[in-house]
Amino acid sequence: MALSNVFETPAPGFNFDNTSRNAALEGLFDGGQTPKPMKTGTTIAGVVFKDGVVLGADTRATSSEVVADKMCAKIHYIAPNIYCCGAGTAADTEKTTDILSSNLTIFSLNSGRNPRVVMAVSILQDMLYRYRGQIGANLILGGVDCTGNHLYTVGPYGSVNKVPYLSMGSGDLAALGILEDGFKHDMELEEAKELVRLAIHAGIMSDLGSGNNIDICVITRQGVDYIRPYQVSEYKDNRKTKYKYRPGTTPVLTEKVVRLKLEVVQESMQRMDTA
Amino acid sequence: MEKRCTDSQVKGVSTGTTILAATFDGGVVIGSDSRASIGGEYVSSKTINKVIQVHDRIFSCIAGSLADAQAVTKAAKFHLSFHSVQMETPPLVIAAASVLKELCYKNKDELQAGFITAGWDRKNGPQVYVVSLGGMLISQPVTIGGSGSTYIYGYVDAKYKPNMSKEECLQFATNALALAMGRDNVSGGVAHLVVVTESGVEHVVVPGDKLPKFHDE
Repeated sequence: MALSNVFETPAPGFNFDNTSRNAALEGLFDGGQTPKPMKTGTTIAGVVFKDGVVLGADTRATSSEVVADKMCAKIHYIAPNIYCCGAGTAADTEKTTDILSSNLTIFSLNSGRNPRVVMAVSILQDMLYRYRGQIGANLILGGVDCTGNHLYTVGPYGSVNKVPYLSMGSGDLAALGILEDGFKHDMELEEAKELVRLAIHAGIMSDLGSGNNIDICVITRQGVDYIRPYQVSEYKDNRKTKYKYRPGTTPVLTEKVVRLKLEVVQESMQRMDTA
Repeated sequence: MEKRCTDSQVKGVSTGTTILAATFDGGVVIGSDSRASIGGEYVSSKTINKVIQVHDRIFSCIAGSLADAQAVTKAAKFHLSFHSVQMETPPLVIAAASVLKELCYKNKDELQAGFITAGWDRKNGPQVYVVSLGGMLISQPVTIGGSGSTYIYGYVDAKYKPNMSKEECLQFATNALALAMGRDNVSGGVAHLVVVTESGVEHVVVPGDKLPKFHDE
């Protein structure tokens, strides 16, 4: 059954085309250690407050023990009123939220309505369930729509839970402690932002996979305030020299221009009826 | 997340649970706890809803893998809604239970979810059906399910009487859930109870600290 929002119905079953490509890539390493996929060993958190939803995330992306990206954006745009934090495999969270965002935009254009958070959650749940946990995406979806302020979590196997506050990722236990202690219903904006900041900070301090800066995204009826970074890490290093080079640093010794000969092979004309 | 998936058979979030349903004179009481865990070690949610409304007077309790159960009940809701539009009448409870049974039986290799379906319909009145993991469907006047149910078989066998009043049945269900949650580590949180009768549906939520206490508490 095709949903009006989805461009085309997904093919039934799973698509494992990439397994043969992965096997070929592994062959290149000749039995050595293959690089692990980039994970976002992360702390993400979300809180529902009086006027909307606050989402927070750290900005570290790791590949095994190396920090691959110090300024990774983990709060993804889904719709003008819906944003999503992602933990787990970086590529999976990126692509899943991208696909979701495209589908919802098509739906908005077709139906003339703003998407509801439950709809985004439903689509995500269907997609992740179909892939039986192979897509390693732990997502926190937050948004404001005509029915109110909502915060949902979607697990990699497709389980959904609606909650007033929540944290996910490898630093979730540390962040959850802060949230459990400090959460109150109907908080004000500044209280909520401070609570989320503290929660992410706890995750950064207590978890090796989380670190660097803190991003905050505030979603209300009036609009979205995406503050990136909300708090910069005090452990930022200062590079002594720059890696950028001025134009002209590498001298040009000779220049040779070769004209490419192109010939017209086929020309066809189609009359178009215009009104 | 992965570090918490130990050698539990259920992948991802499981509802290691206590669910029950019992018929009384004029309706059914359906109840569950509200704990969801990962690998039997980490409580991922204290407030999960395991009593899902699949139609106006029909509810389903879920046990097993949360993702599988939610996916199956979503499909079941759609089928039932479509069925009731086609028939121009609310579906029978047996129809709801059969829809779940078909889904569980046809996909028994991939799914890990069990259900208790209960409700009221005009033809047969209050009924309770259980759909187990492999897709067996049987009708019983009272039934319990989930990991916590093992601790209350004795209580249910001794205390259940057919044609109780609504208040007696509610008290029976609350006691049973409290006893199970007290002994089973993967059941807990609040007790969700739903009373379905011809006139309507009533939700009762008993917070953990208001549950009945027994001799050793």
